[in-house]
Amino acid sequence: MDLLVLILQGVIVSATSLVFAAIGELVVERAGVLNLGLEGMMVLGAIAGFAVTLDTGSYVVGIAAAAVTGAIAASLFGFLTQILLSNQVATGLALTIFGLGLSALLGQGYSGESTEPLAKIHIFFLSDIPIVGPLMFSHDPLVYLSLALAVGVAWFLAKTRTGLILRAIGENHDAAHAIGYSVVGVRMAALLFGGACAGVGGAYLSTVQTPLWVENITAGRGWIALAIVVFSAWRPGRALLGAYLFGGVTIVQLHVQGFGIDIEAQYLSMLPYLVTILVLVLISHDKARISLNAPACLAKPFFVSS
Amino acid sequence: MIRLEPLKEVSKGLLYVTPAIAVIVTILLGTVMFAVLGKDPVQAISIIFLEPLTNSFAISEMIVKATPLILIGLGLSFGFRAGIWNIGAEGQFTVGALAGGAVALALHEVEGIWVLPLMCLAGILGGMAWAAIPAFLRTRFNTNEILVTLMLTYVAVLLLSVMVHGPLKDPEGLNFPESRLFHESAILPILIEETRVHIGFLVALAAVLVAWVILRHHVFGYQVKVMGQSPRAANYGGFAQQRVVWTCLMISGGLAGLAGLFEAAGPVGQLVPALPVGYGFTAIIVAFLGRLTPVGILLSGFVMALTYIGGEAAQIEMNLPSAVTGVFQGMFLFSLLGIDVLARYRIQVSRPAWAAEK
Amino acid sequence: MKHIIRKLITGTATVALAFSIGIASAAAKTKVGFVYVGPIGDHGWSYAHNEGRLAVEKAFGDKVKTTYVENVSEGPDAERVIQQLAQSGHGIIFTTSFGFMNPTLKVAKRFPKVKFEHATGFKRAENVATYSGRFYEGRHVIGLIAGKMTKTNTIGYIASFPIPEVVRGINAAYLAARSVNPAVKFKIIWVSTWVDPGKEADAAKALIDQGADVLMQHTDSPAAIQTAEKKGVFAFGQASDMVKFGPKAQLTAIVDDWGPYYVSRVKAVMDGTWKSQDTWDGIGPGMVVMAPFSKRIPENVRAMAAKARDAIASGKLHPFTGPINKQDGSPWLKAGETAQDGALAGMNFYVEGVEGSLPK
Repeated sequence: MDLLVLILQGVIVSATSLVFAAIGELVVERAGVLNLGLEGMMVLGAIAGFAVTLDTGSYVVGIAAAAVTGAIAASLFGFLTQILLSNQVATGLALTIFGLGLSALLGQGYSGESTEPLAKIHIFFLSDIPIVGPLMFSHDPLVYLSLALAVGVAWFLAKTRTGLILRAIGENHDAAHAIGYSVVGVRMAALLFGGACAGVGGAYLSTVQTPLWVENITAGRGWIALAIVVFSAWRPGRALLGAYLFGGVTIVQLHVQGFGIDIEAQYLSMLPYLVTILVLVLISHDKARISLNAPACLAKPFFVSS
Repeated sequence: MIRLEPLKEVSKGLLYVTPAIAVIVTILLGTVMFAVLGKDPVQAISIIFLEPLTNSFAISEMIVKATPLILIGLGLSFGFRAGIWNIGAEGQFTVGALAGGAVALALHEVEGIWVLPLMCLAGILGGMAWAAIPAFLRTRFNTNEILVTLMLTYVAVLLLSVMVHGPLKDPEGLNFPESRLFHESAILPILIEETRVHIGFLVALAAVLVAWVILRHHVFGYQVKVMGQSPRAANYGGFAQQRVVWTCLMISGGLAGLAGLFEAAGPVGQLVPALPVGYGFTAIIVAFLGRLTPVGILLSGFVMALTYIGGEAAQIEMNLPSAVTGVFQGMFLFSLLGIDVLARYRIQVSRPAWAAEK
Repeated sequence: MKHIIRKLITGTATVALAFSIGIASAAAKTKVGFVYVGPIGDHGWSYAHNEGRLAVEKAFGDKVKTTYVENVSEGPDAERVIQQLAQSGHGIIFTTSFGFMNPTLKVAKRFPKVKFEHATGFKRAENVATYSGRFYEGRHVIGLIAGKMTKTNTIGYIASFPIPEVVRGINAAYLAARSVNPAVKFKIIWVSTWVDPGKEADAAKALIDQGADVLMQHTDSPAAIQTAEKKGVFAFGQASDMVKFGPKAQLTAIVDDWGPYYVSRVKAVMDGTWKSQDTWDGIGPGMVVMAPFSKRIPENVRAMAAKARDAIASGKLHPFTGPINKQDGSPWLKAGETAQDGALAGMNFYVEGVEGSLPK
């Protein structure tokens, strides 16, 4: 039982960067934009978060810098795809390549440095309850922020007027435009939000999970976050679940090895990817349901026709 | 407000001019970047963009590097035209190399002019088989091919690792994870002596020609275009969308697999875990840079190869970090995609006050 | 068959020209090239080699010019990079990863006057030498410390890929740990990567959760040390001194010190005495260095570890001394017999007592 609690704690740590990135991208896709530059924004957030935390000694400033950096990267994507109407798939890939290169360049002076990891909170009494305490009341503040983000986004999309407008734009941008909503404006705002979330997700890796900088520290987690968005059928609660499921598979395969169960390591390392594919198949095979959920205008260019 | 209106007829002239403008913009941005880094911008730009063109070794290496990029980019362009996003060519490349390489190793020391064609066939089939998974999942279960192809890339790279650690390991290699060197009959013939330019380049050129003919004169080229513009119209048009999905993924998978086999049987000469070096991803840029046209891809394959070779030279001669190459490629694609707007849309300025600020 | 179109362009002339220029300038200033598989900021393998390059610069000052190329993949690019260094006048080129073996040999054939040094490989030529460190000697020392320091009798091991180097390290550490603590058990996790800090940290945490209170790693980032620090367990640095990342956690580190070797080989080129050879140096010649032992190690254990280190250095102690059985119980070394270098170089089995099966 103790081990199970420990494993679940590990899952939460491993999944939190994915939660941030996936929730941000979910909002972007709900608005009808596909930003494949998630990995690039995450890795830029990772270096910004680490460098600023190290230089200022403040996590708050560091995380904020990561969010701003992610948003700036997203605004570049937004300018190209929303204003200049470039192809979203190509622009997103370019952003990833650019982000990986630029972060490595910026990070040159920061390899070999280290900061104290962000401390976990400890709430009197609550954190000491067996099982429930360690699972619910003794994480670092960003874990709670990621959960709050998921809840907040769910509420925003379902219950607010702006959320409704955002979804309408993702469903049918021409109609939304005809009613008088600013398609480009809303999409830019969604992109900035998504970029900020991705930046924080990257910074979670470089300031909390492993407070250090090495090139390519995100190691493909941005792509996983993209898969999680599809897995979630564009619903925040399911995105949260998806991130924890992926984190769970990653952690469990490590534990399986620790117990000495005889499966080749490379096959185990394939597991998270194979499970993601399997889940994608399961949720998308019902054609009616997926097309009900998928934003109809996803990745389609919007231009005002006269 | 600035308004963009899509042009009915894409401006042909601009289509060829915009990549050149993008190169110039990238060089300008690069100049700023090098100045910020405290490196001599003129020297850096000339080492990256000009020097490789003046040296026959660098030119031969550009051909070596461009060969897989052209092959893969060409295959991808069909799918991209039709709105089928295979971004996991890297995985198909890897499995192609694995399948073709396994044939070479199984026929070790077997001499014969048929060995190489057999390996090529295995490479193509390997790539196709890997691409068949997303094709099947998309047509049967409606699963997003972007993510499936990408996930399968990670799986393919791990699969190669398992194989060279295990069944395909060199028996005399002291247990290091690589296969034995391919024997003479399983190595691609060299095209230009004293270089690594191999016969695969001729195949890439032939593929460009075939693709050009298909897109221009074959009904499949037409179907692909229609489907890309409007999937629904494609259905009304009386041909099955599913068939286009399958065909596009088989073409891109097969060509990526062949490119993988060419790398294994050409410049590398064996199977190693680090065989996939990102050609599958770079080829996506190549395809866009070449505007999804066969001749354009041929040219853009060389441009991308140039940035790699030049980037290495800049590292050697100016001590620039290797990350510069990625930054450059990113900026290049950004400029191209941004400037593209000139060729595809007409800009209408209706409220100049806002436009003037911009 | 091999040359379908002969001399479509004659690249030969340029290569020869570049080569002759290279010799001319080499007389004035020796150019030394380094090819790294990772970024110099990895704080592991490539970082350590780059420290060696800096030692060369420090030793010879104006008389040398060093060049490095980082992040060179062990695929099709390696040959080109090595050739570019060879034809731009480098007198000696160090290729510092196993996967550069065949590309190094191919280029060496074309540049008979340039000296090549390939790390961790086994193929040599007239102008290609090989070198590597006996890191298993360091693993023996940390094995002794780990065996004494563990309270749970469980040592966690984060491994990258099942190459002989890594397997040798596991065996050496396990044999040493068992010699001082017969109840010790190793838990091994293969992460299938050299650098992915997130995954390394996850693996470290999994091992700690399963009861390991001392961690060893054969991956390159300091993530495992950081995790150990956070969780209050012990760990050992890999390739470089990582004490900065875990001041309390790091007990010692196995430091790769390539500097003295690089300096001596560059000097040999300058003096014209360079010969192809196979160097496999350990603690004795200083290629493998133990970082200072932590004060948290009890004094008697520290003394024991220092004694073992010194005995290895002087050649009195060999970490693989029989009797040793293989994992399946079949005998490998008889009592008093020490392992041959050839057997160590291609090690592909666990010794008796290590659990789990090695990926074959």
